[in-house]
Amino acid sequence: MAKLTNIDAHLLEAIAELHGMPTGAYNIRKDGQLLERHNTANIEIATKTDYPGIDIYVKPGAKNETVHIPVIVTASGMQDVVYNTFYIGEDADVLIVAGCGIHNAGSKKSEHDGIHTFYLGKNSRVRYIEKHYGVGEGTGERVLNPTTNVEMEEGSVCEMEMIQLKGVTSTIRDTNAKLGKGAKLTLTEKLLTHDKQTATSNMKIELEGDGSNVQVISRSVAQDESVQVFNPLIIGKCECRGHVQCDAIIQHHAIVKAIPGIEAQSEDATLIHEAAIGRIAGDQIVKLMTLGLSAEEAEKQIIDDFLS
Amino acid sequence: MLEIKNLCFSVEDAAKRNLDIINDLSLTIDDDKFVVITGPNGGGKSTLAKLIMGVEKPTSGQIIFNGVDITDMPINERAKLGIGYGFQQPARFKGMTVRKLLSIAAKKKLPACECNDYLSRVGLCSSEYLHREVDKSLSGGELKRIEIATILAADPKLAIYDEPEAGIDLWSFDRLTETFRQIHDAKDGHSIVIISHQERIIDLADEIVLIRAGKVADSGSRDEMLPKLGYNRRTVTNPKCVMIPRDRSDC
Repeated sequence: MAKLTNIDAHLLEAIAELHGMPTGAYNIRKDGQLLERHNTANIEIATKTDYPGIDIYVKPGAKNETVHIPVIVTASGMQDVVYNTFYIGEDADVLIVAGCGIHNAGSKKSEHDGIHTFYLGKNSRVRYIEKHYGVGEGTGERVLNPTTNVEMEEGSVCEMEMIQLKGVTSTIRDTNAKLGKGAKLTLTEKLLTHDKQTATSNMKIELEGDGSNVQVISRSVAQDESVQVFNPLIIGKCECRGHVQCDAIIQHHAIVKAIPGIEAQSEDATLIHEAAIGRIAGDQIVKLMTLGLSAEEAEKQIIDDFLS
Repeated sequence: MLEIKNLCFSVEDAAKRNLDIINDLSLTIDDDKFVVITGPNGGGKSTLAKLIMGVEKPTSGQIIFNGVDITDMPINERAKLGIGYGFQQPARFKGMTVRKLLSIAAKKKLPACECNDYLSRVGLCSSEYLHREVDKSLSGGELKRIEIATILAADPKLAIYDEPEAGIDLWSFDRLTETFRQIHDAKDGHSIVIISHQERIIDLADEIVLIRAGKVADSGSRDEMLPKLGYNRRTVTNPKCVMIPRDRSDC
């Protein structure tokens, strides 16, 4: 069993709520190398032979299984690119917890680019949680550029929750999905940027099968002089439903740009977008102050719940 | 005890003229009292409540609560001294659950059974609302009742409710008046001030204060004031006679 340093343990806790090694299938990657791997009867994790990364095979019909694939980067100057591909068998039901934590104590840029591709078999269900977190007393940038591709077969259901709450200098996030007949995708993105951080989120969701359904929920808080850009696009090609909702709280001198897009290529497509950007409402702070919180405590509480 | 001494609050109108909202108002509210403040729209009732809570700052005058001058005290310090305020138009919070808001009010993580108690006292079924977010998915009446539940959870020595009945259906209103009556009947040092025009709430009061044009136009006991306000004294005030329908509060 690999030994975890205190920094490793802290990062694993922040991104995957792990205390030590997880149960179920897992693959822990540290500074571009495999740290520890565990397969189960229904889940096989194999090292790719063409690119750096892993293939994860979930057997058809596997139920209540979990896969943890956290990545930690602790070496300053590390440039890590990894390709992870998930093959989810028909009727399988699985929880996948991914994420990347960077601890950069040096002055060089540390970067992790994770390219995750999901193939969801017929009637399978996936819940995917991805957390990104940066920390470190060094001046080196902490960069995370994830790409997520999802292909969903008939009747499959996918819930994706992607969270980046602290310490990432810059991120460009690309999410692409294609939904087959009756497939259902829920994409929730939660983001907090501060100082001079930048974050861009591009999404392209194509609804290709009748009865497919996507809901995109983006909640973000932009503080200090940080800049956020949201660019989600839903394309409806058939009888389908799509809803994209961007909500942002802006503070200090931050900039938030939200461009939710919908494109209907069929008269049977029902697509809705909404976007709202604004400061914390004064009546929210006053209400919490009447319950005994200081203005600062009230603000923190409101943001914590907004991103919860 | 709350003492309001010569309180004034004015704002500038569009033509930069001083407009007196509260004009040299003095009032005392003793412990264990149920006081209803009533009066015409625009008379200064809600402003007075906000001045007591600290949401607005007075132009002059003094507010003393249990011997402490709170005139310049921030809102949260007043809350810690035991003043609570139920807003007429409550705030909504994206992402915050009803349970979380009640826990903030109670200043502790509330077990489900305690949340259930506060919610049932405003006629809401706990299992339906505990994990709901306090956002725009709630109707105005639901939000109002949750607002009142936060004051019950905070349990202030002096609770001020600004038109608590507004937007609330008749069945829930019965439950609510019963709750106010129970708090009052406990006689454990808690005072209730309700801004209302509703006859059945006015009927619960020990004292009624009529505010008009920023001043106390009249005040006195319920029996003295009801005829002056043009209300007939109700004959059925026994709480046991109040019908509580078998609504969702029973679940």
